[in-house]
Amino acid sequence: MAGSVSGSRRIMGRLLKCGYGYGNGFLRQFSTSSSDGKSLNLYTAINQALHIAMESDPRAYIFGEDVGFGGVFRCTTGLADRFGKNRVFNTPLCEQGIVGFAIGLAAMGNRAIAEIQFADYIFPAFDQIVNEAAKFRYRSGNQFNCGGLTIRAPYGAVGHGGHYHSQSPEAFFCHVPGLKVVIPRSPKEAKGLLLSSIRDPNPVVFFEPKWLYRLSVEEVPEHDYMLPLSEAEVIREGNDITLVGWGAQLSIMEQACLDAEKDGISCELIDLKTLIPWDKETVEASVRKTGRLLISHEAPVTGGFGAEISASIVERCFLRLEAPVARICGLDTPFPLVFEPFYLPTKNKILDAIKSTVNY
Amino acid sequence: MALSHMATSSSSSRSNLLKPLTAVLSCTLPHRRTISSDSTTTLTIETSVPFTAHKIDEPSRSVETTPKELLTFFRHMALMRRMEIAADSLYKAKLIRGFCHLYDGQEAVAVGMEAAITKKDAIITAYRDHCTFLGRGGTLLEIFAELMGRQAGCSRGKGGSMHFYKKEFGFYGGHGIVGAQVPLGCGLAFAQKYSKDEAVTFALYGDGAANQGQLFEALNISALWDLPAILVCENNHYGMGTAEWRAAKSPSYYKRGDYVPGLKVDGMDALAVKQACKFAKEYALKNGPIILEMDTYRYHGHSMSDPGSTYRTRDEISGVRQERDPIERIRKLILFHDLATEKELKDTEKEVRKEVDEAIAKAKESPMPDPHELFTNIYVKDSGLEVFGPDRKELRYALP
Repeated sequence: MAGSVSGSRRIMGRLLKCGYGYGNGFLRQFSTSSSDGKSLNLYTAINQALHIAMESDPRAYIFGEDVGFGGVFRCTTGLADRFGKNRVFNTPLCEQGIVGFAIGLAAMGNRAIAEIQFADYIFPAFDQIVNEAAKFRYRSGNQFNCGGLTIRAPYGAVGHGGHYHSQSPEAFFCHVPGLKVVIPRSPKEAKGLLLSSIRDPNPVVFFEPKWLYRLSVEEVPEHDYMLPLSEAEVIREGNDITLVGWGAQLSIMEQACLDAEKDGISCELIDLKTLIPWDKETVEASVRKTGRLLISHEAPVTGGFGAEISASIVERCFLRLEAPVARICGLDTPFPLVFEPFYLPTKNKILDAIKSTVNY
Repeated sequence: MALSHMATSSSSSRSNLLKPLTAVLSCTLPHRRTISSDSTTTLTIETSVPFTAHKIDEPSRSVETTPKELLTFFRHMALMRRMEIAADSLYKAKLIRGFCHLYDGQEAVAVGMEAAITKKDAIITAYRDHCTFLGRGGTLLEIFAELMGRQAGCSRGKGGSMHFYKKEFGFYGGHGIVGAQVPLGCGLAFAQKYSKDEAVTFALYGDGAANQGQLFEALNISALWDLPAILVCENNHYGMGTAEWRAAKSPSYYKRGDYVPGLKVDGMDALAVKQACKFAKEYALKNGPIILEMDTYRYHGHSMSDPGSTYRTRDEISGVRQERDPIERIRKLILFHDLATEKELKDTEKEVRKEVDEAIAKAKESPMPDPHELFTNIYVKDSGLEVFGPDRKELRYALP
């Protein structure tokens, strides 16, 4: 049963075990609930956000592989019925075509909400995203843009996804000025951040943690609300070390924080939420307070976005740092099938790094 | 609901799936003739439906076969069917992890193609690869061990369901990304032509992948250089949950090569597949690429998370089973020609079942790969990465 977690604000919502096949996990149930809104899981919150986006803007469109049927993760359930097949429709299996089409649609002043079925399948569309979408405004001297473009894609591990249903490709897109990259950690965050992403006047790549689609449940306000992009949030305050992460990894990091607390280490946990352009100030302020930094993500450590955070914070806080910045990330291997538990940055790996960084 | 709505509106296409076939069975079976018990006697059997050709003269409908071949077809397809059903149970028991796409219904394509070619020819396919691998000469143990991520698997437990490979038998996998294997196949064909192997490459893809841009890029290159590449579209009529006509302006995939000739084949008829592949190989060696569209059907959903019943009706599935099933077609031919009794065929099915059960038991005994395998095969000299200590938390790097 859910019990309350002292000293920590609700992070991931309640994490439920479920019969979905993904719920064999190490994610534990978390506390509690506030009283506003309904208890929703993450995919339902996304679904609600999409309903609101479509309702509030008659020039919004949703399309992708199988989205007319509700999508493989059920995120687009009911949208085709409600808004019609002219605004919510299936595409052929052609990622490059989907994104190119979306850019064109957005360039005419529409909100194009394109779904790539798995983040692992986004690479055929990489050229369109990097060369077309991101630079449209710049290269046309602001005559054209595709700011109405939002690309949604489920990312990350699910326990048994194997090579092509588990990857975290966010760092590739963080290397592209002109794009925004957003990753939510929970249902409430997902709804607010997705609405902001859709309405943001810049192209946004929105990665959804597929492990949490059904696993993460929390109270989500029913009304239309937006959460600011490029604003990180301190979701747990502490004094000894700063932990920075995003998406599903935050629940693992929070467990490590709780365990560290038992050993008398007070951890501050930050959800970055938007990876580019990212909120350096919040992270900097926290590191100035704690003097230590640990970054964790599922993607391989080399060239991961953790490297960028580490470099920036060293630049800004060099004299304040009391230990090297720790990065606890995926290993530098392809995402494995049977070795997933070895590959992933698990709670114990994080806990160990917290201790060695604090005792450096 | 969107789903029920879609399902109803797709019923217009359902009749298309069945229409040619109802006619088929009534006229397929040739007149009973007496044959000697010699298993190598030549039998001539007419294909279920005529081939439809694009920019080429179609091959004859009369296919030569032997009693032995028909009995082998029956056995192999029964084995594939049983294997896929067993994989379904293993997946539900969580012994198979990862994503898993089953081939049952499409067996005639794997079996018929293999009967027309040699192991010098190459086959490359997408992620629905279990039966193609078995057809190429892979073993049940290798399959089940790979499915369960064990050392005895054909990719040493590192690939899983979507990544089967068997280089010595010309099986180039097993590819996870929709359509990505087709350009690779054309590269294989280039190598074959360059080294004058007199061999061809069959690059398989689905009707869903047929809309990927890279197919057309690869086809253009192959045609430009007359590569012995045979693009085989296994048209099972649904790209994941989307009916072909919703995703393709022209679902006549055999015509989509435009300047490249094509042939539409009843992919539920192993003999028609054999005839078409033999024809295509001869053509490709002389002239360059050709497209074969295999009209087939998958009984299972797209993958294990798709029940396969939301975008098509149960009637459609059972209709195809009754009217077009590839195994039943061969069973009827065998019985009609008195090549075996009903009981003998049932016995074959029992044997096959036993074979599958034994392979599963053996595969379960195979250990998981050693943890250090996580770091091997990334570069020639592995990755230079070692992990040790409790919970494998400590890393040590060396230059690979």
